[in-house]
Amino acid sequence: MTTKNIDVTELKKMALTMRKEILEAVHRAKCGHPGGSLSAVEILISLYGHKMNHRPQQPDWEDRDRLVISKGHCSPVAYVALANYGYFPKDELLRYRMYGSMLQGHVQAKVPGVEFSTGSLGHGLSVANGMALGARLLGKDLNVFCLLGDGEIQEGSVWEAAMSAAHHKLDHLCAIVDYNKVQENGPTNEIKNLEPLGSKWDSFGWNVIEADGHDFHDLIGALDSFISTKGRPTVIIAHTVKGKGISFMEGNFRWHGKAPNDQELKLALAEIEMASQQS
Amino acid sequence: MNEKVPTRDGFGKAVVELGKKDKRVVVLSGDLEDATRAEYFKFEFPERFFNLGITEQDVIGTASGFAKMGFIPFACSFAVFMTNRAYDMIRLDVCYNETNVKVVCSHGGVTVGEDGASAQCLEDFAIMRVLPNMRVVCPADVHETVKATEQMALIDGPFYMRTSRAPVAVISKESDPFEIGKAKLMKDGDDVTIIACGIMVAEALSAADILEKGGIKARVVNMHTIKPLDEAAVVRAARETGAIVTAEEHQLFGGLGSAVAEVLAQRCPVAQEMIAVKDSFGQTGSPQQLMKHYHLTAADIVEAVGRVMKRKI
Repeated sequence: MTTKNIDVTELKKMALTMRKEILEAVHRAKCGHPGGSLSAVEILISLYGHKMNHRPQQPDWEDRDRLVISKGHCSPVAYVALANYGYFPKDELLRYRMYGSMLQGHVQAKVPGVEFSTGSLGHGLSVANGMALGARLLGKDLNVFCLLGDGEIQEGSVWEAAMSAAHHKLDHLCAIVDYNKVQENGPTNEIKNLEPLGSKWDSFGWNVIEADGHDFHDLIGALDSFISTKGRPTVIIAHTVKGKGISFMEGNFRWHGKAPNDQELKLALAEIEMASQQS
Repeated sequence: MNEKVPTRDGFGKAVVELGKKDKRVVVLSGDLEDATRAEYFKFEFPERFFNLGITEQDVIGTASGFAKMGFIPFACSFAVFMTNRAYDMIRLDVCYNETNVKVVCSHGGVTVGEDGASAQCLEDFAIMRVLPNMRVVCPADVHETVKATEQMALIDGPFYMRTSRAPVAVISKESDPFEIGKAKLMKDGDDVTIIACGIMVAEALSAADILEKGGIKARVVNMHTIKPLDEAAVVRAARETGAIVTAEEHQLFGGLGSAVAEVLAQRCPVAQEMIAVKDSFGQTGSPQQLMKHYHLTAADIVEAVGRVMKRKI
């Protein structure tokens, strides 16, 4: 089956729902990270809603595929995705970032479906390597995914891990870079340029796939190609837009870590409503 | 008590035995397995041994991933590189995630010797014990190191253990009891208590012998577990002897002496003197020369006992 034949209508609907819930959660909390959450919506849907072998009703099922969310500040998209795919009731989202809530500010492994607590950047890929090496030693046929931020990969520890994954030929490991090209204080190419990003990973021994990170056909095609690649790890460089879907947030680093006020939320939800009527 | 063996040897042997008993045991190394003795495991179980190269951060992260898959990973390097370079990984991946990672590092203290200050770890107790969920162990000799290694594998959760490069006097027997978290009474006395860990336990015992000749009966407590500290043993020593000297091959700030002071201040204030390195880096020299230079010898303990006895109320 080619990816063109996949019906992505439901996935697209889910993307709109998730964008709405991300904004509502961050608005309620009056803080959080909407920009890099909105850019990763389609990536997480492609994983939880299509590619990953997982059981939301049995989060500790030992043969499940693992996803390590290394860009832990993007808890809004992670929690909203997990709630939508049935890991916990959506009501929990009402308490996002609240005192005493299960849903801590950065992703936390006490939340069903979250494999590892992160929030300090540059940790996830090494952890994912450990899971992949462990799975191999156990003889388990499972995949390990790791979602990285683009600003995050300025951390040197990411490249230590990149070297390890290639050395150990972790072909059941797939890193996905949410390449929205914007970090907290501006565009990545102005702060510490990542380019040429694909050839960096390639020179580290990785199978590199570039994809449109908001196009389900493209993302699913890239994930299929990862599955069929043997002998080396895969990185999907997902080209995305920070704040995707909300005109006044798109590409604007000011929305990296800021909540919309009442008026901004209204405008944002109106844009999502319009998009859902057009789809 | 003449025999001297580096405590790292005890770890190397013990982790091999663990590997035989339990397939979940894996060892990860930052390319120093010859020095940490993790290579004993490599020779026996190459498929469960991973030299990840000179990447301490990657070693800790990968070990945490292994732990999440149900393994019991031992992560090994030099104390100074692992605890300092990979601190954020130890904090987040190991302690915050409560992964079952055992961080075991050789080359603690000034007795690393000629390699000098950059390789001599003098802050590991402080920076490890301040982390929630972390347990911190520094055995006094090779037999204790074997037992500590065995026991930490059976206790779920994070551990840090420091071993020595330098040969350390063997002061216990293989058959002696040892329990992580429980101080060991090495010698009883009621005039003063010396609380020590690691190589300083042997110095404390020598000091107690010298003191005894002068009519002072010193109690010697081996505080091999710095966290969780055996608070009851500290309070008992304070009540029964009225004065404490702590001794460690570590900075004065934040180590065993500080941990003991925290208990004394809150539960039973008595005079305390601290034998430790005083806010200084190490340097090149033989272990013996450096112990003398940094006032970490039995003679220094004896002097500290003299001072603390004068302060006794």
